[in-house]
Amino acid sequence: MEPYLGELFGNPSGIHEISRRAKNAIEEARERIADALGAAHPLEIVFTGGGTDADNLAVIGSALARDGGVVTSAIEHDAVLQSAHFVGRLGHRVEIVRVDSDGRVDPETVASAVDGDTAVVSVMTANNETGVIQPVREIAKRLQGTGAVFHTDAAQAFGSLPVTAAETGADLITISAHKIGGPQGVGCLYVRDGVELDPVIHGGGQELGRRSGTHNVAGIVGMAAAVDAAVADRRRYRSVVGATRDRFEAELADRVKVDVTGADGQRLVSHAHLRFPGVSSETLLIRLDQEGVSAAAGAACHSGAQLTSHVLDAMGIPADQAAEYVRFSFGWTDVTATAGEAAELVAGVVETLQ
Amino acid sequence: MKALVAMSGGVDSSVAAALTLEAGYDVIGVTLKQWVGPDGEMPTAGCCTVADAEDARRVAAQLEVPYYVLDYVDEFTSAVVEPFAADYAAGRTPNPCIECNRTVRFSALFERMHALGADVLVTGHHARVRRDADGWHLLRAVDGNKDQSYVLHMLGQNELSRIRLPVGEMTKPEVRKLATSMSLRTAAKPDSQDICFVKTDYRAFLDTMVPDAARPGEVVTADGTVLGEHAGTSGFTIGQRKGLGVAVGEPRYVVDIRPATAEVVVGSYHDLLVDGCLVSQVTFVAGTPPASRSVDVKVRYRSKPLPAVIEEAPGSTWRVLFEEARPAPAPGQSAVFYDGDEVLGGGIIDDVLRADG
Repeated sequence: MEPYLGELFGNPSGIHEISRRAKNAIEEARERIADALGAAHPLEIVFTGGGTDADNLAVIGSALARDGGVVTSAIEHDAVLQSAHFVGRLGHRVEIVRVDSDGRVDPETVASAVDGDTAVVSVMTANNETGVIQPVREIAKRLQGTGAVFHTDAAQAFGSLPVTAAETGADLITISAHKIGGPQGVGCLYVRDGVELDPVIHGGGQELGRRSGTHNVAGIVGMAAAVDAAVADRRRYRSVVGATRDRFEAELADRVKVDVTGADGQRLVSHAHLRFPGVSSETLLIRLDQEGVSAAAGAACHSGAQLTSHVLDAMGIPADQAAEYVRFSFGWTDVTATAGEAAELVAGVVETLQ
Repeated sequence: MKALVAMSGGVDSSVAAALTLEAGYDVIGVTLKQWVGPDGEMPTAGCCTVADAEDARRVAAQLEVPYYVLDYVDEFTSAVVEPFAADYAAGRTPNPCIECNRTVRFSALFERMHALGADVLVTGHHARVRRDADGWHLLRAVDGNKDQSYVLHMLGQNELSRIRLPVGEMTKPEVRKLATSMSLRTAAKPDSQDICFVKTDYRAFLDTMVPDAARPGEVVTADGTVLGEHAGTSGFTIGQRKGLGVAVGEPRYVVDIRPATAEVVVGSYHDLLVDGCLVSQVTFVAGTPPASRSVDVKVRYRSKPLPAVIEEAPGSTWRVLFEEARPAPAPGQSAVFYDGDEVLGGGIIDDVLRADG
């Protein structure tokens, strides 16, 4: 990334030497990311200012281009849900599909919510709070012939799952650089050739008019590097990080009362979504922060307070229990050796509160 | 030693946090999210806004202490906002800050202090805490104009042993001067005056929250003579003289509010005078009633304490008998008992007492 913040700090839309080199860097990054996502052509990759930006383009852009409504799930990220509500305010039908108590979307329910006016269906590859993997391929299959395009937000899943156009069956795929160790504020949308999108951000017509605005050259170059590294490391990531997460959960369960979300089904190896009955997540997160452990619960609002999670609400979990869930995320910086230490520390705090 | 500091984003709690840090405590700063609009977010106008939380966060960052926003919306709604609305519907004039202190700040937050492993709870209230051989005492603030001991009367020995109020020892100008010398971004921030969960228009808020008390009705005299009309009983409080909408020669005061019939009863200053009041939910700072039942009593936040005698009545109810007849206090407000600068205790005014009836 560094050269593009210094000696090669050029606007890729310009015509001079430095611009050309910046432009070239973007196109090289586009090719690498297209390759990783199994795109048929690099121009199927649209660079954006992050995952939210890509989700807005996918949902709103499809609805505008096809003049239709949205079918999505109740556990989507707000970038998708709020975009869907926006489409609703434009006068289109918006259908929010419920999930089961494990937080999984039923493909049949999704398919039956689609009608002739549905422009786009959006279901995430895996949930960002619970880590529960969604049956996107099944959904894609059932949508064949309906005329609706299928979008999946794979921001959370890309680091550990083989997310490609073929694997997901999706027409539109969101990924975000910072979720895989890349820079913040850059992402992309895979747009299958032939899928029409109206722009949401209007301006100078960059990205074939689909996403205007001067390119974040250094960010895009950094994203390509992160994507390459993530793809190369996926198999090892799944085994090493998964083992760390499993050991963490097992050691916790030995010491304290804990419920694990999605333990029986498929979930991302990076996620431990846990409930310690009787322990307020707010109190626990602060206590853990004081001990140097960063965990999370739901999403934060403008003020920084924790909001009740719409995901847990959609799973039918009562509010008093929902206030006891916390999420621990595992990645490359957490190695198996520290799983025991982390469990020890968390169990120690939970014991004083339970 | 660890201190949990309740930071509102105002200058007082900012300075309280700075002084607590200076005194050698490990400080955790928190802001209570108490009230949200329909979008589930903190208000953007009035008091306790997102911007206030942001000020608190920036002060905490400047002091290099951890800072969190805690969600007390459910507790606050059920313990403060709903009773506030119910009180207005019953023709009373509640003091929500007292209910908030009783059930949220010095109850729920107090428990949180323990759960977070903190030893003391620090707020920016203007009042003083002292300890001697008899136990813990709650005293009026050094700055008489800013004294908030009235809204803290529910504190008992257990709470006072863990509460620190550093700015109660300073005048407001001293607080601001100190904040300026420490370059705290809240140094020149104006004092908040509003009730935190009422955005801007008190009247409109009550109309929405308490539609029953927003019914138009008649302004009458005690003998039933109709003098005029009003837009809703929630616009009135006992003792109110301005804005009655009736034109008669001599000054008229609200002497009674009858929500059932939407009547506001007005009378002369003489009609307003009462000999005492009945106070419920009474607690004493010492845990027991004072030896001398002759006290000074304050019947609203901004009123002069006047001499009275208190007598125990059945329940945790006490009768307050004023030394001289005085204008009726408004039911729903708190009666707080003082001995000079010291708060003895207090409770909520339920009714007024007249010698002749």
